[in-house]
Amino acid sequence: MFLDFLQYCGRLAIFAGVAVYHCLRPPIYFRLIGTQMLEIGYFSLPVVGLTAIFTGMVLALQSHTGFARFSAEGAVATVVVISMTRELGPVLAGLMVAGRIGAAMAAEIGTMRVTEQIDALTTLSTNPFKYLVAPRLIAGLAMLPFLVLVADIIGVFGGFLVGAYQLGYNPATYIHSSWDYLKPMDVVSGLVKAAVFGFLISLLGCFNGYHSRGGAQGVGQATTNAVVSASILILTTNYILTALFFNK
Amino acid sequence: MTRQPKIQLIDIHKSFGHKKVLDGVTVDIGTGESFVIIGGSGSGKSVTLKCILGLMRPERGSILVDGREVVGVPARQREEVMKKFGMLFQGSALFDSLPVWENVAFGLMQGRHMDRRTARRKALEKLAQVGLGKDVAELSPSELSGGMQKRVALARAIAAEPEILFFDEPTTGLDPIMADVINDLIVKCVRELGATAVSITHDMHSARKISDRMAMLYHGKLVWVGPTADVDQADNPYVDQFIHGRADGPIKMEIRH
Repeated sequence: MFLDFLQYCGRLAIFAGVAVYHCLRPPIYFRLIGTQMLEIGYFSLPVVGLTAIFTGMVLALQSHTGFARFSAEGAVATVVVISMTRELGPVLAGLMVAGRIGAAMAAEIGTMRVTEQIDALTTLSTNPFKYLVAPRLIAGLAMLPFLVLVADIIGVFGGFLVGAYQLGYNPATYIHSSWDYLKPMDVVSGLVKAAVFGFLISLLGCFNGYHSRGGAQGVGQATTNAVVSASILILTTNYILTALFFNK
Repeated sequence: MTRQPKIQLIDIHKSFGHKKVLDGVTVDIGTGESFVIIGGSGSGKSVTLKCILGLMRPERGSILVDGREVVGVPARQREEVMKKFGMLFQGSALFDSLPVWENVAFGLMQGRHMDRRTARRKALEKLAQVGLGKDVAELSPSELSGGMQKRVALARAIAAEPEILFFDEPTTGLDPIMADVINDLIVKCVRELGATAVSITHDMHSARKISDRMAMLYHGKLVWVGPTADVDQADNPYVDQFIHGRADGPIKMEIRH
């Protein structure tokens, strides 16, 4: 069991190393990177946006009821903006994209594996790492920060809506206290996390798909593994990155 | 033999876990000949093909293509060797995200960096060669019947005019008439290209039609190799049982009674 786990980690690390190597060496397929960026970035906007707005809203509501107990309602705006940019933006966007994109990658590459399309790529003098894996890794790495930035803005806006229209804060004061206590590092750390999560989502989607075997059931298993392992890794690395950023 | 064989397999061993799949396969395949490996399911035919193609690595033995070792060569050299190969996969293995013509032109555009317009013209030419018109070029592979997919896959395999063609069960899953159409196309394409062809099949009709020489694989060993014309007088109990399709004989299927 433990040995299996170590073997899995080793294979994943080698896969990641080879994949990164192929990201840097020509030929680079810009068209495919573009397609993947559109798929990961643009088409995930609705899902990520909805997640963000409701998270921001609930955050404002909860912190208001909590802080009201010791008359600290003034901190609601700050709490919303800091939690959103530092933690909830990247983590929730990451988890949603893992479900949407990681699963799709594993299923697509897995099907290509079991129908011998990956072997066919090789026989047509095309390296599957360059053609399939590298564009997805690059697109994941580039697009998640963009999605998280959008999620941050929408989430803070959700908090503002609830704060100003339901809880009766003064809109101008709310915006001021959101803005005044926000440090660039809060946003930047969130975006760096997002880039790491984007890389991990693509990596695990591709890895599980690439190594799937045994027909429809195998592809299903690969899809599940891709989503579960990506989600766990997102939560784990989130802690590690937070500790690195703010533990001074 | 004075002429250099195109492909030489020397004592190839391959196993998966405890299961030995290839147990010392040795054979020479001459330039321009059509060589067919017959054998039942699970006899190691596909693995032999995948070892030559470099999709699998044998544990022992060496494979020479044009006299040069291809087992364990670095990736870059491997890609050079790959340019000599064309392969028709059992399930066609067309890229379902691309239209038919891009499938055919894939090796030209990616492997040989041909521009799209020239590659498209070339793809249409190859499609015509396998009896498909312009109208299918823009369709997606999933809109085609099995026989048409096979023909597109054949067009893709010959598009880059390879020196060596591999056919993995070319007629499996097709009706007898379509199977014969594919056989004819294979013979025609191989002849036009002057290519060396290596096929694996368990369809005896197909094997007789497309081969110059045959070999029979059983339990990871070649039990018989000889010209196609001699297969009926092979005087080999394995071959005899296989070509007549009898359940009893030296070949025991792994069925528990």
